[in-house]
Amino acid sequence: MALSTALESFAEEVGGIDAGAVCVRGGATRWAVGGAPRADTREVRAPRGIVSYEPAEMTVQVGAGTSIAELHDELAAHRQVTVLEGPAGATVGGALAVGRNGLRRLRHGPMRDVLLEARYVSAEGRLIKAGGPTVKNVTGFDLCRLHVGALGTLGLLGQATLRTRPLPETMAWFGGAADHRVVLGSLYRPAAVLWDGLTTWVLLEGYGVDVEAEGLLCGRLGLGPSDGPPELPAHRWTTSPADAARFPTDHGDAGPFIAELGVGIVHASQPQPAQPPATGRHELQQRLRHEFDPTSRLNPGRDPLGRE
Amino acid sequence: MRRSLSSVRSPLVAELVEALAVDRVDHNDLARRLFARDASVITGGRTGVVCFPTSTEEVQACVRVARRHGRAVVARGSGTGLAGGAVPCDEPVVVVTTKMNNILSVDTDNRIAWVEPGVINLDLTRALTPHGFHFAPDPSSQQSCSIGGNLANNSGGPHCLAYGVTSAHIVAAEVVLADGSRAMLGDLTAEPAGYDLRGVFVGSEGTMGIATKIAVRLTPNPPALCTMLLDFATVRDAAMAVSGIIAAGVVPAAIEMMDAAITRAVEQYVGAGYPIDAAAVLLVEVDGLAGSVEVERAIIERVGRANNARTIRVAANDAERALLWKGRKTAFGAIARIKPNYYLHDTVIPRTKLVEVLEAVYEIADRHQLLVMNVFHAGDGNLHPLLVYDAREPGILERVHQAGAEIVAVSLAAGGVLSGEHGIGLEKRKFMAQQFSADDLDHQNRARRAFDPDNVMNPGKVLPTGASCGDVQHLDTMPEGVWL
Ligand SMILES: Cc1cc2nc3c(=O)[nH]c(=O)nc-3n(C[C@H](O)[C@H](O)[C@H](O)COP(=O)(O)OP(=O)(O)OC[C@H]3O[C@@H](n4cnc5c(N)ncnc54)[C@H](O)[C@@H]3O)c2cc1C
Ligand SMILES: Cc1cc2nc3c(=O)[nH]c(=O)nc-3n(C[C@H](O)[C@H](O)[C@H](O)COP(=O)(O)OP(=O)(O)OC[C@H]3O[C@@H](n4cnc5c(N)ncnc54)[C@H](O)[C@@H]3O)c2cc1C
Repeated sequence: MALSTALESFAEEVGGIDAGAVCVRGGATRWAVGGAPRADTREVRAPRGIVSYEPAEMTVQVGAGTSIAELHDELAAHRQVTVLEGPAGATVGGALAVGRNGLRRLRHGPMRDVLLEARYVSAEGRLIKAGGPTVKNVTGFDLCRLHVGALGTLGLLGQATLRTRPLPETMAWFGGAADHRVVLGSLYRPAAVLWDGLTTWVLLEGYGVDVEAEGLLCGRLGLGPSDGPPELPAHRWTTSPADAARFPTDHGDAGPFIAELGVGIVHASQPQPAQPPATGRHELQQRLRHEFDPTSRLNPGRDPLGRE
Repeated sequence: MRRSLSSVRSPLVAELVEALAVDRVDHNDLARRLFARDASVITGGRTGVVCFPTSTEEVQACVRVARRHGRAVVARGSGTGLAGGAVPCDEPVVVVTTKMNNILSVDTDNRIAWVEPGVINLDLTRALTPHGFHFAPDPSSQQSCSIGGNLANNSGGPHCLAYGVTSAHIVAAEVVLADGSRAMLGDLTAEPAGYDLRGVFVGSEGTMGIATKIAVRLTPNPPALCTMLLDFATVRDAAMAVSGIIAAGVVPAAIEMMDAAITRAVEQYVGAGYPIDAAAVLLVEVDGLAGSVEVERAIIERVGRANNARTIRVAANDAERALLWKGRKTAFGAIARIKPNYYLHDTVIPRTKLVEVLEAVYEIADRHQLLVMNVFHAGDGNLHPLLVYDAREPGILERVHQAGAEIVAVSLAAGGVLSGEHGIGLEKRKFMAQQFSADDLDHQNRARRAFDPDNVMNPGKVLPTGASCGDVQHLDTMPEGVWL
């Protein structure tokens, strides 16, 4: 695919400062995050397709409208994957704009660390490049991190260069009634440790030898092979790792839950109560949004501060 | 127009003394000269007053007083920066964090530690050792650089290949903004609402505010590790081995490369047992659980042999491992034995292009009759061509300068970037337009402006806008004093 033409026509479609409110429609699998789009908001679609993929470089350049599934199909042929996750139809751009991490963050880190370079369309309708294509880069300010989780309010993502990682040789779930803190403290870099107040689940990933060794350790801790946790409750709380490990004590009214230990995400049955704003942060948020979108035309209905 | 601070107690100094203490505000000539430089080759900075606050409140006071007197503010940690980031322009108030050097708390439940910005990188890791953790970014300057400086430059180190550069290890930071107010960027929760202010502040080189309290991520010490030294008869073979290791799906903790000249210099300096007849050596470390360490060691040996490694030495114990690393980490000290001066570059290229770009770097140095040594983070394509020279030789600075510009150009042409870890500072502002369009730079400036609307925090750095810094000399004069 001729990337520059696809990007240019995307920019044209977004239009300049007078072209009215606009947002990108991805797979619409997280359409409600941050609120509903304002009624007058025009929807556009981001370019699709893999632009370049260099397996030996462990990076991939992809149109933001590409589905995560299509991307991962391509990468799987070279036994690689990215940290992006999503249901059928979810797009690369949507996952980045929403910025919520998958269950394996404990081992693989947050999504914000894998966006190396972004090409996006500004409120003025111009194509902007942020970051760089290499795995290491401190040239100028790190705008990529600003766009992850911004819900397309600072720019509309047209293309992303992502860091890939090797697919693990093996993976295995374990589960049982073991002390969740002991489990978390005993294992070396598990992919996930989940806990619902009674049962602890562990996802191990990596070379077979490691998974086997850590699996034996799980056995000694009282965990057996498992299918993993049941379906996650609907609401997503963001807490600190320490809070997640004592979740029901501090939040008794949240109903059944599954906590991501060591990370701090808790999937709970009730929505998370609004959090008090942090010192000085709100004003900075507003100023940033205004700098990037002075006429409020980028996804104006949505507020990245108002998650869930 | 030059302002002068010759009067013993200008109102500016008097107010700063009142806000801090008389022994923590310095404006004598010696202090002002000392703090006019960092570890870069840049001279001609001009310091206003040097302050040594001990608390966030005092940093806020410094910023407010500076603003009242129309002065800019420059944050400074240990001054080991290599891009002139801490070099003051136009007599600003320099806020030095060296007296804010307490580790405030170690919170293993949250896997973080709260530290003040002046804490030295290696001191932090030493303090974490009893808890079974370390701070992953390990710049070669880790004995002297500060966590605040690491954060501001988003610094790297050999072990950032697997663990990521500083940004991945900063969870939250309390910062003092240009109006003297404070803000907490990020927090200990998994997904703080709103924009990743923490993320854009990291790497902003002091232009968005001053970090006064930092939550750093703790990385568990690996249960097993294996350090190897592979040596090659050609640079090409070594570079091919690097690509081969990555392509085999292995992401080692570190892959460092040293070419013939630097290997010999290091060997003479520390006697680590590096083969002095090698064209290049690779220092490779894998870590993790015992099983995977063994698997990856075997893969690396296989890839090494396939690329004609002459010998593969595996460190048998901690002492041998430490010795191998000592060679790498003292490389800059070692070159002082060869020529009195060096200019260290820092570009990144796609790691699959190592062979061709390294060849181009040697060709450029040859053409300018310069000695170049390469000691660098090969695993992530982060080149550090080191041009060594004697500044007393007439006309040499022009050649060093020209060769440097060509190395930058070659790196960009290969699909690389201007800086991998040292930052832009004053040094590379002039190259920014080679990597970014005017619109791209405008967007970077918007981010800065949201934090610092009046352009008073370390003005003139990173972006080619703002204060002129007209007095700054870049390699055109002989630096006074001894270089690192
Ligand atoms: C099994 C499963 C696992 C999942 N795992 C996780 C998880 O654990 N963590 C998590 O983060 N999420 C997870 N998701 C959600 C998913 O990863 C994405 O966040 C989501 O699917 C968004 O993609 P989309 O294309 O549907 O976006 P949409 O719903 O179409 O859009 C979401 C928002 O992003 C904006 N947007 C979309 N594309 C762009 C663009 N190119 N540029 C600018 N703005 C844009 C839209 O305007 C909208 O405001 C999961 C979902 C499931 C069911
Ligand atoms: C021998 C040697 C080896 C080196 N090796 C490496 C290496 O391997 N990897 C690497 O990445 N770098 C390396 N460096 C460069 C340097 O050590 C790093 O950039 C380091 O992080 C700078 O820390 P510092 O405390 O000395 O900062 P300074 O030089 O004092 O300041 C650097 C920048 O940070 C800003 N700053 C400092 N403190 C704060 C704060 N609290 N808040 C906001 N801004 C602040 C300053 O304004 C300036 O722009 C090396 C330098 C030397 C001399």
